[in-house]
Amino acid sequence: MSVDIATVKRVAHLARIAVTEEEATSFQGEINAILGFAEQLNEVDVDGVEPLTSVVAQTMKKRVDVVTDGFYADRVVGNAPVSDDDFFMVPKVVE
Amino acid sequence: MSSTDLTSLTIAEIRDGLSAKAFSATDLTKAYLASMEAARALNAYIVETPEQALSMAAASDERIAKGEARALEGVPLGIKDLFATEGVHTQAASHILDKFKPSYESTVTANLWNDGAVMLGKLNMDEFAMGSSNETSYYGPVVNPWRKEGSNAPLVPGGSSGGSAAAVAARLCAGATATDTGGSIRQPAAFTGTVGIKPTYGRCSRWGTVAFASSLDQAGPIARTVRDAAILLKSMASVDAKDTTSVDVPVGDYEGAVGQSVKGLRIGIPREYRLDGMSAEIEALWQQGIAWLKEAGAEIVDISLPHTKYALPAYYIVAPAEASSNLARYDGVRYGLRVPGEDIAAMYENTRSAGFGHEVKRRILIGTYVLSAGYYDAYYVRAQKIRTLIKRDFDLAFAAGVDAVLTPATPSAAFGLEEMAVASPVEMYLNDVFTVTVNMAGLPGLAVPAGLDKAKLPLGLQLIGRPFEEETLFRLGQVIEDAAGSFTPSKWW
Repeated sequence: MSVDIATVKRVAHLARIAVTEEEATSFQGEINAILGFAEQLNEVDVDGVEPLTSVVAQTMKKRVDVVTDGFYADRVVGNAPVSDDDFFMVPKVVE
Repeated sequence: MSSTDLTSLTIAEIRDGLSAKAFSATDLTKAYLASMEAARALNAYIVETPEQALSMAAASDERIAKGEARALEGVPLGIKDLFATEGVHTQAASHILDKFKPSYESTVTANLWNDGAVMLGKLNMDEFAMGSSNETSYYGPVVNPWRKEGSNAPLVPGGSSGGSAAAVAARLCAGATATDTGGSIRQPAAFTGTVGIKPTYGRCSRWGTVAFASSLDQAGPIARTVRDAAILLKSMASVDAKDTTSVDVPVGDYEGAVGQSVKGLRIGIPREYRLDGMSAEIEALWQQGIAWLKEAGAEIVDISLPHTKYALPAYYIVAPAEASSNLARYDGVRYGLRVPGEDIAAMYENTRSAGFGHEVKRRILIGTYVLSAGYYDAYYVRAQKIRTLIKRDFDLAFAAGVDAVLTPATPSAAFGLEEMAVASPVEMYLNDVFTVTVNMAGLPGLAVPAGLDKAKLPLGLQLIGRPFEEETLFRLGQVIEDAAGSFTPSKWW
């Protein structure tokens, strides 16, 4: 399988990364090289093989459902590029 | 003691010297701060934190005076920029985390500070730990302190923990934290003549470490000796309620394992690691390692890990897929860089376009593609099934009585800066051909220096162990270190 330039642009939009024509062309070549490299995975018989979900045989640990942290909104927004009154500020999304 | 003498000490020697009051933690920290300042040409540190270092060293001196020294009291360490350090630059060497200073500390670094270690600064790395040469950093490449004999051409230190490895080799810290997703501890360790261990997945908490590929990422140390790596891992490792993948197994006595006999251990030599076109030097190094372990009483057995060749292509599906998901959080809203746009979607796209470098963008795009509708089963699910087979190969070898596996650490010695610039990404990825299987199977892997090539550059061997049997690797690693000696670059910077 290989990707065309329209697919590269569609995927870039899905990933929310603006790309120039030149970048899209460069990515197309590189992505196709990697997908070409991955073609060999089709040689392997994976019938009846379960996909690996965890390398360690351990049941997912669960925490007790209690509040252990929080109540410092100023620290949470402390690294935001724009914040106001402990809210993250973004461009208008609803008219 | 002179400043050079102080920075030459191993962590074990620092511990002895501090407790004998041969020098103070402050003297030691000052010696390192001076060596860092003199080595800025290597670009190993992104940020130096002298004030913090001196105040931590003073606190260590007080504890030592009171007879309350802890395991790493006064030991000056460099911290990879991937670990959150409270109030200190933490950007994964990326522009997108511009000015980010966390209000919290990663579990791994908190463990080190609780044991008395001193922070010298934040170490350079490939952006978001994506790279094998430390050339993708927003802060510029790290230069390897090693050079080919008779040459001034700059070499890469490997990646992604290139700053960590270069700083340890050049004596700009006594040891360093690092992380390994596909070989990012072991490959730079091999390229710089240092010791690096990626412990079993789940051994070190991932909490507070910037995520790349969550099912593969593990923290570990880079140090100058096997013993030092053992001392550091003991402090870094813990069971952490804040990371649900941290495993409830007690942390072992790693230093106690160093020097123990390897008599009777069964060492597997996997025939699939003998690649077509492998250099004669790497083959000779591997044979030398086999001979050393045999002389020490280990039993050598040929084994087969038939799915080895599929580990690298499967990794380059799984790791980007996880990365595309993990890196979705960098949107210009909560932290880091923001580049305005005409609406919120344009703001996201502009921010991510300006904030991520080319390598990171490419991996996000591949990850997004292989997870998108219609391709998920063909790529991602298939790669995860192959991962099951890779892990099964190791499980079967261990079940048959193999205690550890010996392989080369890398297919070559360090290469030149920009030498791979025109190569396809796949050629760069081949650097990780011997290391990536270990992450795919979640196993511990130790890289230990084993010799020099004909250009007098260091080469390393890799030992792969059973899950949570890091002690076995330290025992075997010490045998190789004893036989091979240690390797220090000549100072030119």
